[in-house]
Amino acid sequence: MDPLGWGEIIARVLWQFLPVWVSLVALFAISIAFKRRLGLYGKLFDSTIGMIGFALVMFWVFTGIYAGLFDMIATHDPLGQVSGMKNKGPGTPLQGAGEADYGWYLLGGDNLARDVFSRMVTGSWVVVQIAPLATLFAFMVGITLGLPAGFYGGRLDTFLSFLANLILAFPVILLFYLLVTPEIVATGVPNYMATVLFVFPLIFMAVLLNSRFHTKPGFRTPLLIAVLGVMGWLYLSLISEAGSKVAVLPRALDLFDIPGGILVVFVSVVFVNSPTVFRIVRGLAMDIKTRDYVAAAQTRGEGPWYIMLWEILPNARGPLIVDFCLRIGYTTILLGTLGFFGLGLPPESPDWGSTINEGRKLLSIYLHPALPPALALLSLVLGLNLLADGLREESLKD
Amino acid sequence: MSKLAEYDGPILEIDKLSISFFTRLREIPAVMDFSCVVQPGEAMGLVGESGCGKSTVALGVMQDLGVNGRIVGGSIRFKGRDLSEMSAAELRDIRGNEIAMIYQEPMASLNPAMKIGKQLMEVPMIHEGVGEKEARRRALEVVTDVKLPDPERILKSYPHQLSGGQQQRIVIAMALMSKPALLILDEPTTALDVTVEAAVVELVKDLGKKYGTSMLFISHNLGLVLETCDRICVMYSGEAVETGSIADVFDKMQHPYTQALFRSIPLPGADKNARPLKAIPGNFPLPHERPPGCNFGPRCDYFAKGLCDIDERVPMVDIAGDDRHRSRCLRIDEIDWHAPVEASQTTARTEPGNVVLKMDKLKKYYEVAANALFGGGATRVVKANEELSFEARESETLAIVGESGCGKSTFAKVLMGLETATEGQIILDNRNIEATPIQARDTKTVADVQMVFQNPFDTLNPSMSVGRQIIRALEIFRVGRTDAERRERMLQLLDLVKLPRAFADRMPRQLSGGQKQRVGIARAFAGGARIVVADEPVSALDVSVQAAVTDLLMEIQRENKTTLLFISHDLSIVRYLSDRVMVMYLGHVVELGTTEQVFAPPYHPYTEALLSAVPIADTKVEKTHIVLEGDIPSAMNPPTGCPFQTRCRWKDQVPGGLCEKEVPPQRTMAEGHQVKCHLSDEILRGMEPVIKVAAE
Amino acid sequence: MGLFILRRVWVMVLTALCLTFVVFFLTNLYPNLEKLAKTQGNMRMTDEEVARWLDNRGYGAPILSKYGQWLGVWPGWTHETERGVTGRCIDGLATPEQAAGAPRFCGVIQGDWGYSTVFRDEVSGIVGTRLGLTGKLMLWVLVLMVPAALAVGVLAGMREGSATDRTLSTFSIATTATPEYVSGVIFIAIFASSAVGLKWFKGTATSAMEDANFENFFLPVLTIALYGMGYIARMTRASMTEVMTAQYVRTARLKGVSFPNIVMKHALRNALIAPFTVIMLQFPWLLNGVVIVETLFNYKGFGWTLVQAAGNNDIELLLAVSVVSVIVVLVTQLISDIGYVYLNPRIRIS
Repeated sequence: MDPLGWGEIIARVLWQFLPVWVSLVALFAISIAFKRRLGLYGKLFDSTIGMIGFALVMFWVFTGIYAGLFDMIATHDPLGQVSGMKNKGPGTPLQGAGEADYGWYLLGGDNLARDVFSRMVTGSWVVVQIAPLATLFAFMVGITLGLPAGFYGGRLDTFLSFLANLILAFPVILLFYLLVTPEIVATGVPNYMATVLFVFPLIFMAVLLNSRFHTKPGFRTPLLIAVLGVMGWLYLSLISEAGSKVAVLPRALDLFDIPGGILVVFVSVVFVNSPTVFRIVRGLAMDIKTRDYVAAAQTRGEGPWYIMLWEILPNARGPLIVDFCLRIGYTTILLGTLGFFGLGLPPESPDWGSTINEGRKLLSIYLHPALPPALALLSLVLGLNLLADGLREESLKD
Repeated sequence: MSKLAEYDGPILEIDKLSISFFTRLREIPAVMDFSCVVQPGEAMGLVGESGCGKSTVALGVMQDLGVNGRIVGGSIRFKGRDLSEMSAAELRDIRGNEIAMIYQEPMASLNPAMKIGKQLMEVPMIHEGVGEKEARRRALEVVTDVKLPDPERILKSYPHQLSGGQQQRIVIAMALMSKPALLILDEPTTALDVTVEAAVVELVKDLGKKYGTSMLFISHNLGLVLETCDRICVMYSGEAVETGSIADVFDKMQHPYTQALFRSIPLPGADKNARPLKAIPGNFPLPHERPPGCNFGPRCDYFAKGLCDIDERVPMVDIAGDDRHRSRCLRIDEIDWHAPVEASQTTARTEPGNVVLKMDKLKKYYEVAANALFGGGATRVVKANEELSFEARESETLAIVGESGCGKSTFAKVLMGLETATEGQIILDNRNIEATPIQARDTKTVADVQMVFQNPFDTLNPSMSVGRQIIRALEIFRVGRTDAERRERMLQLLDLVKLPRAFADRMPRQLSGGQKQRVGIARAFAGGARIVVADEPVSALDVSVQAAVTDLLMEIQRENKTTLLFISHDLSIVRYLSDRVMVMYLGHVVELGTTEQVFAPPYHPYTEALLSAVPIADTKVEKTHIVLEGDIPSAMNPPTGCPFQTRCRWKDQVPGGLCEKEVPPQRTMAEGHQVKCHLSDEILRGMEPVIKVAAE
Repeated sequence: MGLFILRRVWVMVLTALCLTFVVFFLTNLYPNLEKLAKTQGNMRMTDEEVARWLDNRGYGAPILSKYGQWLGVWPGWTHETERGVTGRCIDGLATPEQAAGAPRFCGVIQGDWGYSTVFRDEVSGIVGTRLGLTGKLMLWVLVLMVPAALAVGVLAGMREGSATDRTLSTFSIATTATPEYVSGVIFIAIFASSAVGLKWFKGTATSAMEDANFENFFLPVLTIALYGMGYIARMTRASMTEVMTAQYVRTARLKGVSFPNIVMKHALRNALIAPFTVIMLQFPWLLNGVVIVETLFNYKGFGWTLVQAAGNNDIELLLAVSVVSVIVVLVTQLISDIGYVYLNPRIRIS
């Protein structure tokens, strides 16, 4: 077989993404058809910027899901090495390919003779899994602490703000080095941190439901037991890991195991993001608590948590949603940074940061291993930023 | 030198002006077929409710409609020259030089990062090219003209260092700097306190005369227009509906809207029982939902099907015999304009019942850091409330009147339990509640004392449906056993405030201001409140809606025998609906008595000034003009002795400088009428009434 | 004002103490010490040998006492053997008499920052040189970034919704979406690799440490500046558009002030208040960028040192690095507060 020309490479790459294109078209067709009934999400389709952003983001989300869960799109095993393909350029035919194998390395091979295209595609799954979830946890922590700080003010605010500034004053990379090195992982510090950080969603849900339904104990108590039971189990499964310092749950009850590396990365990203969310929520809470509807809730004797979670939080949602999108982008960048310094994730991991890091070493001779993941990361973060911009614009228009 | 000399035609001629705003979806006409003429030295008042297009006219004159606004028809001629045909440079030359504008928010219209002097000096430096020295001399002169103390210091300060009243004087000074031929004032006093407003209005009038400036005065307040203008133009939903001289329009109105407007505002003589206000039914139409034919048609008492609703613009017609008096109504000749107001149902006066709430020597002091930003050890005590004592009875309306900083909001907070009292007692049904914060109060007490808030746009949680918000209040007050029961009760509450039941599923942003305020009232009465604190419940609403909401409040009060504590700065409405009045100034109760007692001499000097300051939209009313000097002192730094002594015009009648040394004692002038003043009985009893209604 | 600065300095000291303690705690966890012992001593040491090795060098003491020693508020450790005395404040081996004459305290307060195990040199010397190199880099980054960002922001925000605005806004969004390790890689690929062949610049900045010139220094500077620039530009634009719709700008316009004068005299100062704080708070981020870019371009400055120290658990160097970076961050915060007060007359005098 002959090497492919650039035209054919592009055509074949686009063809590989076929399921993604189909999904994107379907998603956009449905969304635009019903956009008047979909609230803020629907309004997104009025803004060109927002639509471009959303398309970029969804492209990678679909790619991640199809590649990560259904093993589609990627042409080769992202970890498989094929002899003779080391540092080969894009479109190089595979030597000694079997019948079932895809015949080419579409975007070439890296310095360990792995397929760059497949690695890039599979790498998106790592990001799509970790970034939104880590951001969500950071928001839980930031909201649960930021609301009371802004609402009560005083010493509590001073103390929490001091803590937040403490973390923010720390150079992120130093923090990563301190948290993610194997020696520290061995001491269990990240596991303890996970235990603390991941308990916030539980607290959040408990307070949220209790403050809303405490007037109806007959309904509240079963609800709380059910919700907290399920969440508690998930929480314990999440934090407990056989063989690590935190192994509270017997193996039989442990629903899933998060690979140690991922958990550590997850914890550090949540930890770094939380203080910023805290500051945003605190500022919003301080602003909204002066509104009359908060005073109205106070004068009918509502508890402070009801006011914070049901009167203040829903009305802070606009800026928070916008920041959520931006923050997923920032988290993606942080994950890349971790990969770039070879921290946390295993060295053979196909995530974009690690691949960029490996590719850069031979950058002055071979461009193709480093550029695809770099451009992938760039397009995803750009998409998230555009999406946030579109959302901000549309939410202000109301 | 005035710039009038060169030209002697009308200063401003607006002819069939139409202005539209263009959004992505549609064209929204804001002003349609608007004509008016302002002669030299004349003051024209432009009156209407919010959204009627009056400010758009002003911006059209300034040719500053923004990106979306455009003049789609008609012309605006200034001194005979068409403004829309001028180049940008010509416009710049006219703006600030020949036409100047004053806005509603003085703080926002001054550049926060630029010293006052520099902002003033800019005007002559741009338009007349004078040097810095000369500009500074003129700035000093004009600051002296607007009666600001210590002009040198003022020129050197930043806007935030001045009070609201002083800032507005600076804005006026800036507008008058180049002695313009036309001055446009867009609600110039709305953000100011009543007594400060009176002084500013006085100043504008005097200076207008002094410089021979023509004025276009935009306001929603008919009384203010009466006091300042020669002619008036009433606008409704983008159109001028009636225009003419003040006397013609006020006394011989020829348009149903004008008439309805006058009938819905509380003038002296209106009474909640004998002569209730007549609210205008319905709502102000949104710009893109205007009815065919006459815009006012659907709300008009004289609406005739087939005449008023055919899809054709109603023309302006001249009223024969009057001076430039025109109206936009198809049935002018058919309507009997002098027919007496249809007697809407009168109600019997309800007698107040037992005392339910008693305040005894209530005090509330705050400790605040002396310096907000930098913190630091020093704290200062703010005396928000001093020795508040009064009783409130069942089904009684007690009005609490005062300007900003008088402590009325603090009082409400203490009563509601959001703050605890520093000293004194609050007795509710023979129980002391002054030291019980709201968390510690039982459900019954909380449900009994409820509040209606001022700002309709802020009183409802924007992300919860109307029904949910009322049901939540029911849940908290433990009304109803099941969700179904509570839902039923919520629907009844909507009936009570005369809202359609379908509103239960609406979100607050789909409601108008008046409707939101009704929901607020429904929510307050959810637990069967017996004492309701209404904190300026109608002051943010449009005039035509105010009457409806006020009446609703009165009706519910009558049915439920509620005690209403009505906080307001608007003495007209207070006189209309309250049984007793409490006047507050800087945390002190300066006068307390029945409505008749407070509104007639003997007055406390502050009450006297307040009464004189309130504009009244009635040509038959004669007022004594009392203009208070200076601004309300800060509650952080109150004057020694009597709180009012810095502005009191009677101060020299008290011997020995007693006013500066001692807080005056609470004196009983008559049964239930108390005044806190050092003036001798003779002087107090010898006071002239401020408001006299000429015999009809 | 004096009181304000005093309070801020006190908070700064408190923050620095907390942070260094955290770093101290994490670097002194046993697995880290064990690794240190093995790399410094012998890879095949037994657990007992490791413990002895650590004890001999003062690592065995309780964490608080070690931290106190590092700070210089606790007497330095001494260890007596029959051959002589070693100790924190003693050079090499000393006789007991010499040891008695040595100072008891030797920590940061006394100016003794310790000894780097990686570079085998005094920490203070290493940090000094490296900081100088990074200072040079930062200086050029600021020179490039701040004026460009402000200009982009002001031009975009001046007329909201115009073509200029859209172009510049998209540009700033794109730069914020491009972290240094992406833009750096792309720049090297395009401008420095032999594959594309432009070869305008050099792909490493090692030679810039002695002799910085456009060819070897522009790419790293541009890489850091670009990422920070978009953020500042967006802030400036947001604040500029807000100011341009403010009432006082309308007042100025209706006073007859021309558009350029409105922008320069009325809008600019008010519009720069918010971005000023942002620029200052950008420093912690820049520090991040510095670490990445110095690694990517092999420029052996402060960020590179941080990576070396962290990667090899060089405790005292790492502590010094964190102290310095924390102080840089806090000082910029202080400057940003003072500058904010200076720019905003509303706060200054009240």
